[in-house]
Amino acid sequence: MNRRVFFLIPLVVFLILTGYFAVGLTKDPKRLPSMLEGKPVPDFDLKPIKGRDNKGFASTDLKGSVALVNIFGSWCVACRAEHPFLMDLKESGAVTIHGIDWREEDPDAGAAWLKKHGDPYALVGDDPKSRAAIAFGVTGAPETFLVDAKGVIRHKIVGPLDKKIWENTVKPMIERLRKVGAS
Amino acid sequence: MRYLILFLGLLVFASPVSAVDPSEMLSNSLMETRAREISKGLRCVVCQNQSIDDSDAALARDLRVLVRERLVAGDSDNEVVEYVVSRYGDFVLLKPPFKGATLVLWGGPVLFVLIAFFAGLGFYRRQRRGAPSKPAAVALSNTERARLNDLLDKDGS
Repeated sequence: MNRRVFFLIPLVVFLILTGYFAVGLTKDPKRLPSMLEGKPVPDFDLKPIKGRDNKGFASTDLKGSVALVNIFGSWCVACRAEHPFLMDLKESGAVTIHGIDWREEDPDAGAAWLKKHGDPYALVGDDPKSRAAIAFGVTGAPETFLVDAKGVIRHKIVGPLDKKIWENTVKPMIERLRKVGAS
Repeated sequence: MRYLILFLGLLVFASPVSAVDPSEMLSNSLMETRAREISKGLRCVVCQNQSIDDSDAALARDLRVLVRERLVAGDSDNEVVEYVVSRYGDFVLLKPPFKGATLVLWGGPVLFVLIAFFAGLGFYRRQRRGAPSKPAAVALSNTERARLNDLLDKDGS
């Protein structure tokens, strides 16, 4: 073999590494792959939060129609930012939203927060010890799961759900799921 | 000096601290030891480069409690770890498992050592075969020597 070719090896290695870094460094290390997409929702049975009229929230409530499950907390700043969009979504009637109130230190805080900022949820479950959050593989709030009529998790949104993510990803997925479910 | 000795003496009693709160600990010390070992191998998903045993994050605390509850309920160490992996993926294991997806990770260093070894071996063989890689040193000619002396003199002044 021509020995000159060997001088090119470091350059080739460098270019390959540059390629990897160019892709890898633009990724957010906080975004972990979801283990649960395509799998049934984990079993959970949460008590209602104090000060809100409902019966709590359990995995069996997710059978029958497409729904969103939103992990939030009154302590969570990003949830506050997300909240107006969830209210709009509820107003539009596009999809049922259920909430998991995660890690409230003060048991009254969740209901008070919903009273102050509006309550977009059909059912809300209390998860003070992260049981449901861990079962869902949640790493931070807010996170939102799209669950189909059979109770299978179809998509996970890490961070605030907004109009852009809704229009581009979630809404088309819901329409597709409903079409499949109806036929 | 006395303070220095006191300080060094106190260091003898220093030990690494973990974030485990006494209220979380199990009364069964054998089980507590197992829980600690499992916790040391699980990554805190909030702070990522700490184990849940080291981390003060609320979620890490809840995971530690969960590990203990599962042990008390009769799970084996593997079953506890498998449960957490089924929720968060291999990513939560501080020591990733050896399998298809991690082959490059585990095999990479070995591969590079082999490449270096064979490259070195090839180089060594070529040297032994007597292929001169550099021309032998040639003595300076008289003109060159005179020029060098000239330069050195200039530099010295």
